[in-house]
Amino acid sequence: MSALAATTFTVPPVEFGKLSPMLIAFGAATLGILVEALAPRAHRYRIQVGLALVGIAAAFGAVLALAKTGVEVVAQGSVAIDGTTLFLQGTILVIAFVGFLVIAERKTDQNQDAFAAQGASVPGSQAERDTTRKGWQTTEIYPLLMFSVGGMLLFPAANDLLTMFVALEVLSLPLYLVCGLARHRRLLSQEAALKYFLLGAFSSAFFLYGAAMLYGYAGSVNLAVIAQHVAHPDAGSTLLYAGLAMLGVGLLFKVGAAPFHMWTPDVYQGAPTPVTGFMAAATKIAAFGALVRVLDVGLGGSSAVAVWRPVLQAVAVITMLVGGILALTQRDIKRMLAYSAILNAGYLLIGVTSTTAQARAAVLFYLPVYGVAIIGAFAVVTLVRDAGGEATDLSRWAGLGKRAPIPAALLAVFLLAFAGIPFTSIFIGKFAIFQAALNAGAPALVIVAVLASALAAFFYLRVVVVMFFSDPLPDGPTIAHPSIAVKTALAVAAFATVALGIAPSLLLHLANNSAGILAK
Amino acid sequence: MSGFPYLTVTIASPLLGVAGIALLPRGAQKRAREIAVATSLITLVLAIVDAVKFNVGGAQYQLTESHTWISQFHIDYSVGVDGIALVLILMTAVLVPVVLLASWNDGKNTPRAFFALMLVLEVMMIGVFAATDVFLFYVLFEALLIPSYFLIGSYGKSGEKHRSYAAVKFLLYNLLGGLLMLAAVIGLYVVANRTVADPFDFPTLAHAVATGQLHFSTGVERWLFLGFFIAFAVKAPLWPFHTWLPDAAAEATPGTAVLLVGVLDKIGTFGMLRFCLELFPSASHYFTPVILVLAVISTIYGALLAIGQRDMKRLIAYTSISHFGLITLGVFAWTARGQVGATLYMVNHGLSTGALFLLAGFLISRRGSTEIDAYGGVQKVAPVLAGTFLLAGLSSLALPGLSSFVSEFLVLVGTFEKYPVAAIFAVTSIVLAAVYILWLYQRTMTGPVTAAVSGFKDLTRRELAAVVPLLALILVLGFAPGILTKYINPAVTQSTSLQVTTTPPPSIAAQAQGSDQ
Repeated sequence: MSALAATTFTVPPVEFGKLSPMLIAFGAATLGILVEALAPRAHRYRIQVGLALVGIAAAFGAVLALAKTGVEVVAQGSVAIDGTTLFLQGTILVIAFVGFLVIAERKTDQNQDAFAAQGASVPGSQAERDTTRKGWQTTEIYPLLMFSVGGMLLFPAANDLLTMFVALEVLSLPLYLVCGLARHRRLLSQEAALKYFLLGAFSSAFFLYGAAMLYGYAGSVNLAVIAQHVAHPDAGSTLLYAGLAMLGVGLLFKVGAAPFHMWTPDVYQGAPTPVTGFMAAATKIAAFGALVRVLDVGLGGSSAVAVWRPVLQAVAVITMLVGGILALTQRDIKRMLAYSAILNAGYLLIGVTSTTAQARAAVLFYLPVYGVAIIGAFAVVTLVRDAGGEATDLSRWAGLGKRAPIPAALLAVFLLAFAGIPFTSIFIGKFAIFQAALNAGAPALVIVAVLASALAAFFYLRVVVVMFFSDPLPDGPTIAHPSIAVKTALAVAAFATVALGIAPSLLLHLANNSAGILAK
Repeated sequence: MSGFPYLTVTIASPLLGVAGIALLPRGAQKRAREIAVATSLITLVLAIVDAVKFNVGGAQYQLTESHTWISQFHIDYSVGVDGIALVLILMTAVLVPVVLLASWNDGKNTPRAFFALMLVLEVMMIGVFAATDVFLFYVLFEALLIPSYFLIGSYGKSGEKHRSYAAVKFLLYNLLGGLLMLAAVIGLYVVANRTVADPFDFPTLAHAVATGQLHFSTGVERWLFLGFFIAFAVKAPLWPFHTWLPDAAAEATPGTAVLLVGVLDKIGTFGMLRFCLELFPSASHYFTPVILVLAVISTIYGALLAIGQRDMKRLIAYTSISHFGLITLGVFAWTARGQVGATLYMVNHGLSTGALFLLAGFLISRRGSTEIDAYGGVQKVAPVLAGTFLLAGLSSLALPGLSSFVSEFLVLVGTFEKYPVAAIFAVTSIVLAAVYILWLYQRTMTGPVTAAVSGFKDLTRRELAAVVPLLALILVLGFAPGILTKYINPAVTQSTSLQVTTTPPPSIAAQAQGSDQ
């Protein structure tokens, strides 16, 4: 990059075409704010949902249109558009589309969506009752979530640490807000949001500090420049290692790896369930994309790998053990799924630490199949309802398989997939990751992962046992009849989970090709 | 590769019934049983066609088919049978219609799901024996657990607590074993991928191992062997991995228990015979002493515990543990006689224990109790039931003239050739078998007619139709075991495991193989 010494400001060329997926997402979000300001309250819901879905579909179209182009680093070296980026962006958009179908659901809860009528009203106050009676809705969540989607699209594409930080904040801030907007159990939801915000802000600070140290080390925040300095060190490595550690904390927080996982169960439990599903899937994909880019592009030099690989391997082991063991003690289905998400982050970390293109392909395959299954699982949770919202306590689910065979069977499919039973997509994902890890010479990690899987099977099966082998409760929860949108989302998720377990070749092929193309 | 996909058609045929059951209108739920029995009979006919098409004395693997499945990992859908797999498929195809007929009134409120699950299980059971791709084998090996899990957990004896406990225990034991095997399967793939063109194709792998083209370092081979062996030992089950079996067999319906003990467990011993011995010959030799000890313990321990049981189904489950010990002994005896005997034993055990379980089930359905003490004097009230029970029991204790005798004899002789001490210890199980079977018969069938038993009806026509074919086969195979050994003998001699035993001890063998092949 040349220094801009000229007195007149020359506009740097920006390749808008290459950035179009992100621009479309941000554009849809901005339009959504205008809708919020200008459209009458009665029409907002329809317009916002339509706008968001159209925006996501258009951005997906843009990703497809870009698919043929090769590696390109655009926007003055700050955004890398390559196979890995496009694969992840496409995945995030598909997940977001399915996620929005569930988020926009109003039929399961007496024509209300899952969000507080007015976020600002005090829980239990007269204002809350008034706004609820008037049927107000927080339609702001759609533009907020679109901003978040835009940030997620940018996060794995960011080729310099500052852009990555901006993307991190753009994707996180709206989520902090939306997490606090649950319609039922608002205090729990607000507590979750506050916790998420405080810890998230803390980890962002770590990230930023790490970026500053790496800047001090390499004289640039650009990943390619950092990579050059790692390959040809001309100064001491203290700043590199310190920066690496801090950056790692920030990123591992986002992927929900132990010991930075503390927020996950509380936030997953407190957030409105459709948002939890969306967040569990999409944030994880974006964050792993960013982690892969930082580690493989910026710090992929062998001297750096030798330092971070054992540490990350240890983190992977701790993550799997924490996820697997603590999930055993959970009585709440949302918390259990949160620990399962931690466990899965551990598997993904095994892939990340293997550092081969093969392992990257395995991670790329795992992310969408896991994302689709977890969205499906949380969508089923939204259907099982009590007077006070969703019935998330496991004991309330007794005999669900007898009273509502279809939702129970769908959840069983997702849970068996998480347990890694053959003929499900996640089994193939695990196979891909484990074989990449063995190829990279890490048999111990595979053994731990296998044992953690066996542990995990126990708590997934406990849900199946409760649903299918127990007798229904006399005053059990009601099963909501969802709209066609949620039915579609569930059908797509279940179909993808089974179909990609039986015929994974196409997606594996795509992941292999995409993983091979990484802008270094 | 033959033109017509005989095996695939056989494997997939039960799915016809599943589709038929799924399409049944709500009012006609009970029709599921007829559809299921009819489909399983079609499958039986197809399996017999496979046997006819199988050319004894021809290539080792026949009726082979192969299609690329997941090209990225060199995974194929390949099926094919040798004589061993063929007789096990035949046994499965015989047992399933019998079990369905015997389970006529099981399946409680949801007979459609019950019979559909049974048929799905049959697809996977036949598939697992027919698979010649290691990955395909593994996938079916694991997937089998799910229908079995629901069959144990959703049906069977009332008392939800015990049932779900048994189902979860069954699944966790087998899943843990299976996951260890997954690690070993991947390890095998990673190593084989370096030197073998088709690293999941079993015949290719076995050949490569025998010729030294595929060579593992000693440590790796032992770990991979253990991964496979533990999975099979849990499935078989071998002491000390056996504790899931009595629970599962006692809680499941008699029909499910027959498939569990009669077929599913055979996958374990089948896997040892095929995968452990042929893929990891040196490690198999290395671990043979330990395995023989475990097998002998299983044989004697299972028999002793069977004697001590008060619950009829648990008793039969423990007799099976004893028998699986003998089968494992035959497999790891490293003699052709032992392995032929073990294979024959797998079939005969399926028939005799199947008949015993079903008859015990009929008995239990008349009284509602599984306790042995709840019966007495049945032979005066229901002589046919008692007689068939005695015949099945005598087959289980390997009375000469009945099918089990031939296989048990072969196993013991085959073991004695190489490991006389193990054989001598194992022989005691013959005496113990007489004790547990005859004492069971004495306590339930003889003596004064107890009040609860006095109203017993004898076997119905449906029940007779279920057990008579099994008993007939037991008699026929007792006098003419050649029907099966004609298939089994060439498969055992063609298998590479016995050819490898003639080479020097492991460490030297590795170097020698490279030069002389």
